[in-house]
Amino acid sequence: MSLKGKAYIVGAWEHPTRKAPDISLMQLHAECAKGALEDAGLSVKDVDGYFCAAGDTPGLGGMSMAEYMGLRLRHYDSTDSGGSSYNLHVGHALQAVATGRCNVALITLAGRPRSEGMATGTAPRMGNPQQADLQFEFPYGPATANMYAMAARRHMHEFGTTSEQLAWVKVAASHHAQYNPHAMLPKVVTVEDVVNSPLVADPLHRLDCCVISDGGGALVVTKPEIAKSLKRPLVKVIGTGEANKIQGGGRNLDLTYSAGRDSGKAAFEMAGVKPGDIKYASIYDSFTITVVMQLEDLGFCEKGQGGKFVSDGNLISGVGKLPFNTDGGGLCSNHPGNRGGMTKVIEAVRQARGEAHPKVQVKDPSIVLAHGTGGSLGTRHVGSTVILERE
Amino acid sequence: MSEKIYQAVPPTPGTEPYWDAAKEGKLLLRYCKDDGQPHYYPRQICPYTFSTNLEWREAKGTGEIYTYSIMNAAKPPYVIAYVTLDEGVSMMTNIVDCDPSTVKVGQRVKVVFKDMDNGGKLPCFTPA
Repeated sequence: MSLKGKAYIVGAWEHPTRKAPDISLMQLHAECAKGALEDAGLSVKDVDGYFCAAGDTPGLGGMSMAEYMGLRLRHYDSTDSGGSSYNLHVGHALQAVATGRCNVALITLAGRPRSEGMATGTAPRMGNPQQADLQFEFPYGPATANMYAMAARRHMHEFGTTSEQLAWVKVAASHHAQYNPHAMLPKVVTVEDVVNSPLVADPLHRLDCCVISDGGGALVVTKPEIAKSLKRPLVKVIGTGEANKIQGGGRNLDLTYSAGRDSGKAAFEMAGVKPGDIKYASIYDSFTITVVMQLEDLGFCEKGQGGKFVSDGNLISGVGKLPFNTDGGGLCSNHPGNRGGMTKVIEAVRQARGEAHPKVQVKDPSIVLAHGTGGSLGTRHVGSTVILERE
Repeated sequence: MSEKIYQAVPPTPGTEPYWDAAKEGKLLLRYCKDDGQPHYYPRQICPYTFSTNLEWREAKGTGEIYTYSIMNAAKPPYVIAYVTLDEGVSMMTNIVDCDPSTVKVGQRVKVVFKDMDNGGKLPCFTPA
């Protein structure tokens, strides 16, 4: 049974804060929930399904969060796939709504790494020592930045991708961010600005990296009958896919592709559309290389051609063939809780509704995509793809 | 400049032979006796065959750099890498005892062992 179109995103709200020292993490989640429910025209009492990522939610899974917000649930899912969790939750919410497990699904994200002074990208993160890979990785200093840098280096080696090509991703994001009043980095930058910024983890420069921000966001997913009773534009979920990518035991290590290859294939097959049908794409942009690799894996260009594809403004709305991250994305606007998937879905919903900033709004955005990668391109990660159709 | 002391993570049950061998300057690989091939990092169950019929064998300690990054943001910078061993598996490591600007993808390297803060030794690699 295909679940294509069996649910709609009716609420989407992004917290305007980028630094929230005086807002608790649970308050941030709840403010996002309130914003998304008000956007949908629904009440918190309508919510009977709750989705969050265990890793950004205080307490055991979402239990404490549900109590803080007064949720009474009959469907509960705290699956954590890092930054792609919220893309994945859209797929899970679709499944739950379509099979009658809940009627109104609420998805929240929040985080405050900036207020907490977290060295997000440059310090290795220690986990539970029972995580057996840690003893074989942590001593070598794997940080987020150098893991993605190793993927970038290999991509350059195999395909001739250049730092200048990667820089075009940031340039495009900055062209969009100039119109976002909440963006942390609203200044338009050039390829030269990017490649002349200090190296953080060679070959990635400071401006190849996303920002570190507080904030959050929320989505409301519901069944067609309820969606059609509301006053918001109808944004239908027509394709979802998720997949993981592992090193698998060290044989045939290949860091030149991501899980998007499989999650994208599943989402496109379910939706019955092709990459060429996508009018707007939210692409996870933890680093510039992340975008290049995922565009290839999702089929927007051939493997190895991502550097050429993103060059010369091809991702800039109104200029190029594939407008991406028109809010400025993680590279320029925000990366709440070090997890960028939620804002990817929110901007795709804005585009599908025709509610993006007029300067970046895509014409006739009938079919849009939001893709996330959570974890690390350098070790293991989960990709999740969502395809939406404006009805 | 004094030598870097690497921060260790305690072994988990079953990995002690790897770390004990490292103290003696040996790099061990975990082999599946069902398909005769190694895997890395070492498990108690083969991630390819799901067999528990495993054994340790000493690696030659040579290989080539698959990819690397110089962590410029760290003081002092260090070179993290994946090295593909001649036995066919790749491992995360550091490239040490050389000028980071001379490191290349495809470069031949050999294992060296560096001190960890738990008294153990960590396999790193240096140009062969």
